Amino acid sequence: MLAKQVPDTRNVGPDAMTPEGTVNRSALPAIFNPEDLNALEQALRLKDQFPGTTITVVTMGLPKASDVLRDALYRGADDAVLLTDRALGGADTLATSYALSMAIRKIGVPDLIIGGRQAIDGDTAQVGPQVAQKLGLDQVTYVESIEDICEKSRKLTVIRRIDGGIEKVETPMPCLLTITGSAPACRPQNAKRVMKYKKAAAPAENNPKATIEIKQWGAADIDAGLEQCGLAGSPTKVKAVQNIVFKAKESKQLSGSDADVEELIVELLNSHTIG
Amino acid sequence: MNNVFVYCEIDKTTVEEVSFELLTKGRKLANELGVQLEAVVAGTGIKGQVESQILPYGVDKLHVFDAEGLYPYTSKPHTSILVKLFEEEKPQICLMGATVIGRDLGPRVSSAHMSGLTADCTALEIGSYEDKRSGKVFDNLLYQIRPAFGGNIVATIVNPEHRPQMATVRSGVMKAEILDVDYKGDVVYEDVCQYVDETDFVVKVLERHVEKAKNNLKGAPIVVAGGYGVGSKEGFDLLRKLAKELHGEVGASRAAVDAGFCEHDLQIGQTGVTVRPKVYIACGISGAIQHVAGMKESGIIISINTDPNAPINQLADYVITGSVEEVVPKMIKYYKANSK
Repeated sequence: MLAKQVPDTRNVGPDAMTPEGTVNRSALPAIFNPEDLNALEQALRLKDQFPGTTITVVTMGLPKASDVLRDALYRGADDAVLLTDRALGGADTLATSYALSMAIRKIGVPDLIIGGRQAIDGDTAQVGPQVAQKLGLDQVTYVESIEDICEKSRKLTVIRRIDGGIEKVETPMPCLLTITGSAPACRPQNAKRVMKYKKAAAPAENNPKATIEIKQWGAADIDAGLEQCGLAGSPTKVKAVQNIVFKAKESKQLSGSDADVEELIVELLNSHTIG
Repeated sequence: MNNVFVYCEIDKTTVEEVSFELLTKGRKLANELGVQLEAVVAGTGIKGQVESQILPYGVDKLHVFDAEGLYPYTSKPHTSILVKLFEEEKPQICLMGATVIGRDLGPRVSSAHMSGLTADCTALEIGSYEDKRSGKVFDNLLYQIRPAFGGNIVATIVNPEHRPQMATVRSGVMKAEILDVDYKGDVVYEDVCQYVDETDFVVKVLERHVEKAKNNLKGAPIVVAGGYGVGSKEGFDLLRKLAKELHGEVGASRAAVDAGFCEHDLQIGQTGVTVRPKVYIACGISGAIQHVAGMKESGIIISINTDPNAPINQLADYVITGSVEEVVPKMIKYYKANSK
């Protein structure tokens, strides 16, 4: 299961971006990406249905991204891996998918890779398909529910949301699914599991009270080529960033005069708010 | 080589509107770069059906892939087609719709080619870029402009060194314009077997239920919504004009629907559609809680109201105190005068 810790984009301040145009994660509350929680629930349902299934959660990020790994363990995941390394930082979706695919290779390609459709900080929906391509796997995106698994033929039947409707799709395993926010919400944390895993931590968290070690891998551990990692491995570069945060209640008062209306239109055009 | 490519989506044998919008944009980019515009379409039974739909947008070369199993869309066969075609043709730019299909296909192609992809662009321009580390200057790059971070910022993304430069754009963001109904472009009927492996067809679409929405209110980047203060059906025609100019959609409050000013399926709010556009223009809407519930997550809210104390003004980024019939025509006028 692929998960991401994301800044809560509902509370964005002026210091949300660094001068280099990357996200200043320390300035924002960090949360479990919502659609990744929907994905975790689908994984847990499969585990309920097929005892013996194990769920490994993988995330890439700063050491504090271990928060989402612990949260997943509290809710029923079996194992967790943190990918963290300076060499992996500043990655765009392509470099991220490379690192994740290398980590999955190290674990061993499972029957099913499952993740949220997209993360709320980027809204790109790219990492899932990019991982599938790197691993040569089939994929079904925008999945709302897993209807059926045929153990004999090793095929999955899923319902996916498409523009204006739904599609029922059959796919062989192994494959990768991305789950939409319209899928069922994730079950809550389990109290016993919280007691057990609250002492789980990755080495980089430097928690002296930790008794369970969360696996922590860097670029070398997953045999990643450095030229394909992080900022160096990211073909997309941020040229410019414009902040368009408008605080409600600080509304700009305009009259209906020609001058005021024109000024507004020009302002919206210049900020690419309208095109 | 080095041309601009557009991947065209189809519904059976009908090319989707979003593809026409991208072809129109692609033509302009190709002109600016002095290269050709090429299009790719893949489906079943499309030969003889799609050519006359696509070429009039100024397409110099259309690649048609027609074979069983290419419709409905599944990921791998279409990925294989684009990956191999791009190896041969080496496009500098590739545009796709930011639709369920484009967002499924684009990342796979970019992943295979190790090229950059920017999702959900709201504007595409050509310009230069200086890499601050190396001091190297790149000319004629595609500026991929998109909102990010929950719509709180607008970022300009470039792919200096990797090709193709890939971008997806949502339906309704660009404007579709036929260049010449008799535009003479080449059509190539590709040998699908050369591109797609039999094993690519293992994913099967078992059932499909699609209803064409009468409007695109839900996904519209710009919504012009009218309330009781619009006053009449004719008043709504004015809003439609503004929405058309801005490539947006018209919505309404319950009060306007109940008064019979517009159709029921335009209703925004708790009991209607929930919208999260980039720009929400509230025309003569007071801002009842139930309406606000359906639009409060909009990016920028502009309120046009004769009552400076209308509750919606609390929420608005811009408050224009004035009547709808006075202000809306001015917005149309100044948009026309100032947009490129």
